[in-house]
Amino acid sequence: MLNLDQYSCLGAALRDALDRWSNEVCLIEADRDREKTRLTYSDFKDVALPLARALEDAGFNSGDRAAIIMTNQSKWLISAYAVFYRGGVLVPLDYKLTASEHLQLLAHCKAKFLIVEYYLWRTLTQSPEFKNNKVKKVLVTEAPLRADLAGAYRWEEFRRKGEPGFVPREREDVACIVYSSGTGGRPKGCVLTHENYLEQCKALIAWYPFWPGVRYLSILPTNHAIDFMVGFIGPFVCGACVVHLRTLRPEFVRDAFVRYKITYVSLVPMILKNLERGLRAKFDELPAGKRFLMHRMIALNKSLTRKHPRVGLSRKILSTVHQGFGGELRAMFTGGAFVEPSTLQFFYDVGIPVANGYGLTEAGTSLTLNDLNPFRADTVGKPLPGVELRVLNPNADGVGEVAVRGKTVMSHYLDDPELTAQTIVDGWLVTGDLGRFDGNGHLQLVGRKKNMIVTAGGKNIYPEDIETAFEGLSVKECCIFAANYLWPAKTLGRETLVLLLRLEQNQELTEALKEDIIARNRRLPDFKRVGGYLLYGKDFPRTASMKIKRTLLAEEVRKSLGRAAVVEL
Amino acid sequence: MPNFDQTLNEILNLAAAHFKVPREKLAPDDDFFKTLGIDSLQTLDLLTRLEHHFRIELPDYELQGVSDFRTLADRIQARL
Repeated sequence: MLNLDQYSCLGAALRDALDRWSNEVCLIEADRDREKTRLTYSDFKDVALPLARALEDAGFNSGDRAAIIMTNQSKWLISAYAVFYRGGVLVPLDYKLTASEHLQLLAHCKAKFLIVEYYLWRTLTQSPEFKNNKVKKVLVTEAPLRADLAGAYRWEEFRRKGEPGFVPREREDVACIVYSSGTGGRPKGCVLTHENYLEQCKALIAWYPFWPGVRYLSILPTNHAIDFMVGFIGPFVCGACVVHLRTLRPEFVRDAFVRYKITYVSLVPMILKNLERGLRAKFDELPAGKRFLMHRMIALNKSLTRKHPRVGLSRKILSTVHQGFGGELRAMFTGGAFVEPSTLQFFYDVGIPVANGYGLTEAGTSLTLNDLNPFRADTVGKPLPGVELRVLNPNADGVGEVAVRGKTVMSHYLDDPELTAQTIVDGWLVTGDLGRFDGNGHLQLVGRKKNMIVTAGGKNIYPEDIETAFEGLSVKECCIFAANYLWPAKTLGRETLVLLLRLEQNQELTEALKEDIIARNRRLPDFKRVGGYLLYGKDFPRTASMKIKRTLLAEEVRKSLGRAAVVEL
Repeated sequence: MPNFDQTLNEILNLAAAHFKVPREKLAPDDDFFKTLGIDSLQTLDLLTRLEHHFRIELPDYELQGVSDFRTLADRIQARL
C-alpha cells in the first residue's frame, strides 16, 4: 500500500496509486449477470484525466464544489477522482433522497457542478423547486440518445484532450461535504478534510489490509461514509479491485460473490440478516444425515476458531458454505446500525467473520471495529488506531455519552457554527450515543441520548426532517419523536418513530384524520415512516420564538404516557 | 398484451402466492411493505418474480418510492 503519511491530499494519493498499479484491475461493473465495465488502474486514468481537463476548461478550480448523485458504478469513482485532481470539494449526495431534498442540499452546499445519472436528473428537472436550481454545470450519465437534457452535458462526451493541471491541497483543506441529515429542516453538512480521510484510511487498513488481487464488493451506496472509504479510497491506495453491482437483487448479489470471488464486502444489517435467512433455509433443506453433519462441522469450526479466525481452515471444514460465497471471502464489514449478536455469531461460526464497527459521518467512517482477536458478537469493537474515545459522566454501570477526539473528526458543520459548537466541545465530538467500555477495551453501545433512529438499512433518520410531511395536519399541533428517546431502551434494535398529536379542544381522532395521517406517512420513503401515533393531552411547551422545547416535551410525555399508549399505524 | 387491470390483478395474485397471504386481503392501493410485512429487500425479490412472469426487466430505480400495487402495476405496464 501507499505510505499515506507522505500525502497531503486524496488527489495526490490516488494519482500515485493509478501509476503504481497501472496493470492491476481496479474496477469491475456488472449489471445483473452482465459485466459492463472492467478497468485497470491505467484505463481508469485514461478515462478520468480527459474529464479532469474538461472540468478545468469549464472553470472548475481549487475549492469549487461538485456534487454527485449516482448509484454505485464506475463513473462515480472516475468523477470523484477528476474532482479531487482539480482540487475540488466533493459533495456525495444520497441518491435515494427525493428531488426536492436533492435540490435543497444542492442549494445549501452551493455546488458549482453536478454529476448525476439520467433518471435522477429527469426527476430533478420535473420538480417544482427546480426553477431555483443554481448549479452552473450539470453532467448527466447514461442519457438516452435523443433525450432532452435540459441544458446539461453528457458525461460521456464531456472530455478534453491535453494534460489537466493537478491542483494539490493541504491536509487541513476540505475534501468532502457529507450530509448526515437535515433534508427536511436544518441541513447538517459535515465538512471533512483530506487529513480526516487519509488518517481514517490508514487506521482501517492497518487492521483490514487490501492488496492487489483483493476484490471488494461495493453494495452500500458510495455516498455512504463506509463505502466511500472501503469501496474507493482504501482499495485504490492498496492496488485492490472494487466490484460494482448495479442491482441489489439478492440473487444477483449472491451470484456476484461467486463470479468475482469477493474478498471483502460491507453490508447493512438488513442484507446480512437476509443472507443469514437464506443460509439457514439451505441448512434446513438438507437431508437429515447431511444436516447433522453440517451442524457437526459448524461446531468443529467454532471450537477451532475460538481465539481468532482461521480462514483457510474454515474454508476446508465448511467448503460448501464458503464456495457459496466464492471461496475467497475473508470478512464482511457492518456498522452504522444495530446488528443482532446472534447474526454476527452465526456467520463467525461458519467461518465468515463479520467485523462489526461503530462510526458516524461526523467522524469519518469508523471509530471502533472488531479486531477479531477474539471475535466478540456483543460489542462494536475497540477504538481504531489514532481514535480517542471516552464515556462522559458515566453512571454506576459505566454508561454515559460516547465522545471522540482524533484526526478523523470533521472540521465543522457547513455554515452552522452554533450546531458545531454544540457538537464539538473542547475538541471532543459528542456522539449522542450511550455506551460503556468493558474490561477488554471493547465499546458496547446501549442506547441513544439523541432524538433519532438508525434503520436496519443503515439510514439515520432525524424526526425533525420528516415533520414537514405532517405539516397542515388538522390537529392543534404535532411533532415526531424516536420512541427510544421518549422511553430510553437498553437496546439499539427495532427503533421506530412516533407521531405525537395534540388535538384541538373537543376534537376527536376521526377516521378521516387517521386516513390523512396514513396517507401522508405513505408518501414518505418506507425507511422514513412513523411506526405509530400517540395522543397527548397538553399543549406543547415552546420557546419565545415558538419552537417546540423538545427535551422538555419528551420529559413530560415520558411522565404521563408509556410505550403501550402508541397506536400502531 | 394484458391491459392495466389484468396486470394489476396478476401482480396481486403473484404477491399473495409468493408471500402466502390470502388474495382477498390484498387491495390495489395497499402499502405492500405493510400489508405483506416485507422489507425493501424482499420487495426486490418480488420484483424478480414479476419480471419472470411478465418477461420484462425493471431496473431497481424503477421501484424507488413505489410502495403500492397500483403504482407498481403502472411501472410494469409501461414496459410491456
